[in-house]
Amino acid sequence: MKKTVFLGALTVAGMAAGASAAATLDDVKARGKLNCGVTTGLVGFAAPDANGKWEGFDVDFCRAVAAAVLGDANAVEFVPTTGKTRFTALASGEVDMLARNTTWTLSRDVDLKFDFVGVNYYDGQGFLVSKEMGVSSAKDLDGATVCIQTGTTTELNLADFFRANNISYEPVPIETNAEGQQQYLAGACDTYTTDASGLAATRATFENPQDHVVLPEIISKEPLGPLVRHGDNEWADIVRWTLNALISAEELGITSTNIGELSAAPGDNPEINRLLGTEGNLGEMLGLDADWAKRAIMAGGNYGEVFAKNIGESTPIALARGLNAQWKDGGLIYSPPFR
Amino acid sequence: MSDLSYVRAEMLPERAPPASQVGFVGWARQNLFNGVGNSILTVLSLIFIWYVVSFLLSWAFSPTWNSASLSECREIFGAESGHHAACWGVINDRWQQLLFGFYPNGSEEGTSDLRWRPILAFLLLFVAVTPVLFNMISRRMNWVLLCAVLGLTSLYLGGALGIVVGLALIAAGAAIGYKALTADKTARAAEIEAGAKRLPNPLIFSAIYPFIAPWLLWGGSLWLPIGAALGFVIGYFVFRFLAPIAGSLVGMIVAVLVALVWWLLLTVGFADLMQSIIPIGLEPVESRDFGGFMLSITIGVVAIACSLPIGIVLALGRQSDLLIVKALCVGFIEFIRGVPLITLLFVASTLLNIFMPPGTNFDIILRVLIMVTLFAAAYMAEVIRGGLAALPRGQYEAADALGLDYWKAQRLIIMPQALKISIPGIVSTFIGVFKDTVLVSIIGLLDPLGLSNAIRADQAWNGVVWELYGFIALLFFIFCFSMSRYSMYLERRLRTDHR
Amino acid sequence: MTTITDPHQGQFRLSMLLYDSRYRSLTIQIVALIGFLMLIGWLLSNTAQNLAELGKEPSFSFMMEPAGYDINQRLLDYNSQDTHLRASFMGLLNTLLVAVMGCITATVLGVIIGVLRLSPNWIISRLSAVYVEGFRNVPVLLWIVFTMAVLIETLPQPSAFRKGEASMSLWDSVAVTNRGIYIPEPLFSRSLGDIHLLGNSSLRFDVSLDLLALLAVLIGGILTSVLIKRRADILQEATGVRPRTWHWRLGVVVVPVVLVLAILGFHLGYPELKGFNFRNGIHLRNSLIALWLALSLYTGAFIAEIVRAGILAVSKGQTEAASALGLRPKRTMSLVILPQALRVIIPPLISNYLNLTKNSSLAIAVGYMDITGTLGGITMNQTGRELETVLLLMLVYLTISLTISAVMNWYNESVKLKER
Repeated sequence: MKKTVFLGALTVAGMAAGASAAATLDDVKARGKLNCGVTTGLVGFAAPDANGKWEGFDVDFCRAVAAAVLGDANAVEFVPTTGKTRFTALASGEVDMLARNTTWTLSRDVDLKFDFVGVNYYDGQGFLVSKEMGVSSAKDLDGATVCIQTGTTTELNLADFFRANNISYEPVPIETNAEGQQQYLAGACDTYTTDASGLAATRATFENPQDHVVLPEIISKEPLGPLVRHGDNEWADIVRWTLNALISAEELGITSTNIGELSAAPGDNPEINRLLGTEGNLGEMLGLDADWAKRAIMAGGNYGEVFAKNIGESTPIALARGLNAQWKDGGLIYSPPFR
Repeated sequence: MSDLSYVRAEMLPERAPPASQVGFVGWARQNLFNGVGNSILTVLSLIFIWYVVSFLLSWAFSPTWNSASLSECREIFGAESGHHAACWGVINDRWQQLLFGFYPNGSEEGTSDLRWRPILAFLLLFVAVTPVLFNMISRRMNWVLLCAVLGLTSLYLGGALGIVVGLALIAAGAAIGYKALTADKTARAAEIEAGAKRLPNPLIFSAIYPFIAPWLLWGGSLWLPIGAALGFVIGYFVFRFLAPIAGSLVGMIVAVLVALVWWLLLTVGFADLMQSIIPIGLEPVESRDFGGFMLSITIGVVAIACSLPIGIVLALGRQSDLLIVKALCVGFIEFIRGVPLITLLFVASTLLNIFMPPGTNFDIILRVLIMVTLFAAAYMAEVIRGGLAALPRGQYEAADALGLDYWKAQRLIIMPQALKISIPGIVSTFIGVFKDTVLVSIIGLLDPLGLSNAIRADQAWNGVVWELYGFIALLFFIFCFSMSRYSMYLERRLRTDHR
Repeated sequence: MTTITDPHQGQFRLSMLLYDSRYRSLTIQIVALIGFLMLIGWLLSNTAQNLAELGKEPSFSFMMEPAGYDINQRLLDYNSQDTHLRASFMGLLNTLLVAVMGCITATVLGVIIGVLRLSPNWIISRLSAVYVEGFRNVPVLLWIVFTMAVLIETLPQPSAFRKGEASMSLWDSVAVTNRGIYIPEPLFSRSLGDIHLLGNSSLRFDVSLDLLALLAVLIGGILTSVLIKRRADILQEATGVRPRTWHWRLGVVVVPVVLVLAILGFHLGYPELKGFNFRNGIHLRNSLIALWLALSLYTGAFIAEIVRAGILAVSKGQTEAASALGLRPKRTMSLVILPQALRVIIPPLISNYLNLTKNSSLAIAVGYMDITGTLGGITMNQTGRELETVLLLMLVYLTISLTISAVMNWYNESVKLKER
């Protein structure tokens, strides 16, 4: 009788089957929608608004990919995933790509069989403490109660850090950022640790942000980036070069305001021309049309614009560019050339 | 004879009982203050109630309904009062999301407000279960309800056609209702006895509802649910045709096989074909857009509806003399009942795709539905087993004595009675499953609890706790409490039936 | 009768498999078995195929690799370099801990409320009804997060103790903070040490010799006390006079225990505020308290209904019959009402214990590191071994449930009405 259940369910599903192993691009085009895995809610990175429209830094990247591939920045289904479900969702083909604050590590890349297409945010694990504690370094946290968001690399980093410095601590594992914030504000933990960007975002929404400080120690490297399944290189290329297009656009001074003008006719800068498809056939090599990068940039602006709009200094989150500045400005954001 | 009499000839007028025995005082003395211990308890409880209620009221009454963010609320409270009043702006801003999730509400360009569909499905659900659950409502009233719901919906949808159809339906409903209300019950009963024409049995609508509801919720071509329903029709006719020729058992097996073939191989093709000839359909909605209470109700209702037949089969299997069948059923039931739902949801979120043929990929809500259905089926089986066990042995023996075979006995004698006894148990199972649907928030689905986290990730509402939890708890309470009251009422009614 | 239906040899036709009731049940069973095996085979082959495609080979060797994460509440020694197996073991112990604690308090609470619901005091019975309906009709997960939020938001934080805004209760021995409750711990200055069971393996288990010594003395005392009672019974039967023994019976239990405590140097270690947190003492973390409280309150509401139904199920005639026989009210309760009510109460009570144990898996919502939080949570995340971890998790819960069910069945058998 169990069989009939499964079969019945299959029928009801209308056989929503799709080969997940290869040719993600064809699937996406056939479906007319990009399935993009995001967090269930992290201020500035991905959260639904009152109308159910998703917004945030990671969300804009999904939209850029959708614009490049499908020509419509709104042709995205956002699939909220938790730390636990995100990798299965990607591996099983439920989502086409994951843009969800995921740290690029060797084991995820190799053992879990994913391809990280690049880094869209250089982060590191930090500690948020209240000023009145009088702590100036993470090494002063001996005996402290530490709230950690589980399902990430942070709990491992934390265990390593405290072991290396031979100090004791009391971990309090929590599921979501909202709970972490609640516990921290109520004083149920002395410090809250997660990626520094998340800490800044959390701190920004406090009633009195100036009473809290992010400690200078960054105890880990957290290169966050979008990832796709291993084994479909064409699709990985598209996602990778969409990211690079956004980065290059900022470097080359292409913004969502001047892009119409720049893409109308070939200009003096050959790289801009190649990027925007007025020269060469880069789009064709990717299996897309010539305007792909133009659409990606128009979806939410170039990397700098996306950053400024969602998490930049003019927003309440007020993250400085720091490591995430263009390489020319002393940051690490660097795109290979469009050639 | 003298008139002298030592016996009082007339009664003394009744005196009012002492003030301490009647009215509120008497009631209070009897119920609240009879004895020292009771009086202390009463006073303590009164203090407790006063404390809780005054605290809750002062918290709940706060002029924050229109605030757009938590910081605005804080401004309204002023700096000194701190955080001791509710910030209802979050409910004002998000209550629709908490109810409907991301179901298209027309806010995005090029989409229209489709939320009437889940509402209609929900209302029709009531119409569909009314004849099953409240059999004191007459046949006519059921049709009145149906006409009213459909009529109001088409009025709401508007357009010339909508208004005409809506008015017609409401008028029809009113006409039937008028007849039902004015007709004399006994006279009507006599008429029916004499063979007067009756309205069709409302159970017909209950039977087609399972095909309408998914179509309303998920949309798409109308031909898909029709195709699915045709499977049953085809199976039935095959059975009718074959049973006299080849015997009922062969007939049944062939009918099931034919229906399966129809569902698995032909339904989609049929639907596509018919759709290309006569396109009727609703705008499809991805199940990913389901959220909030709508998601909880969908999961709960679908799981219970689908688990009922599975539960019956499992319960019969568990009762049967066939050793292997019994072992399989017991194994399945005990396995499902032995593990927490959360592990089954882990299976849904991480493993179910691995168990399916490579390339199969159905979305998370469907996977959750499958696992919750299996979960509910095991509990349902136990409830129905209880119903079967509660039937007097004489019923089985009488069925045997009449010479009915196993299936006939089940269909005509055992099941109708056993299911009737089990209804309270089924309702409590439903309450349990409905409450358990909040667990899907742990695997990242945006049910009310999951949405509360997503809402708190919005900068405007970061830090709101009690208002959201309170709102969600209140809605769950309303649903579950009314259902449990209903099931108690039913239990009482069934008890009188049997004594 | 059998002679009539004896088969005629050699007349076997294929249709008899379906229509002859002697073969039909066999046919159905074989078909069911084949169907079941085919289903299992189908699932297994799909799984194998999918895993091969993902490049994962099912293997449980990851359980012996270092876990790398810390667990705040551990009943045994554990550090982040221990294996995943050890981490899961800690989680299992935490699950059992909260389940046992929850079952005890839920029963106490349920019995009290169930009795109060039948109280003649209108307000009390209404309040109990409100409690029962309120808790039964809201999802337990909501109660768990709600309780956690209450604990976090309303209790003072440790820094309030430093500033003098809050103080320890019960003569400075108990600190109630929003990180949990710190209570004094029993310490032994002349401790006998521990026995290390299972050497260095992942399931190693330390047993305190002090505790063993105490238990041994306690059990010995109770046995002696029982012997004294027996002797008194024999004496009473023989002479009709019962010797006064209660002081002896109390003495043989209490005196040796006190002596052993004194020898071991028993004293209490009080919690004190040091640095960021209270140190020493036993720390009941607020995740444990929230889960424990919420599960007890929720399950208690169900138990209250069961107790009420159980008491109501014993008909009034039973009480009247008992008093007609001349039984005193106390004996009526213990000999007539309770045994009958218990027969009604116990089976659903145990199935509620089962539910409580299963609901304890919601611990992950408040960060209590039970088996779902360790094995099904961080271990699953870090290793990416979903299939193996979920299977292990189910196995663990199934074992717990089946054990409880077995106890239930055994009990049901023993109290069943002996029908003649």
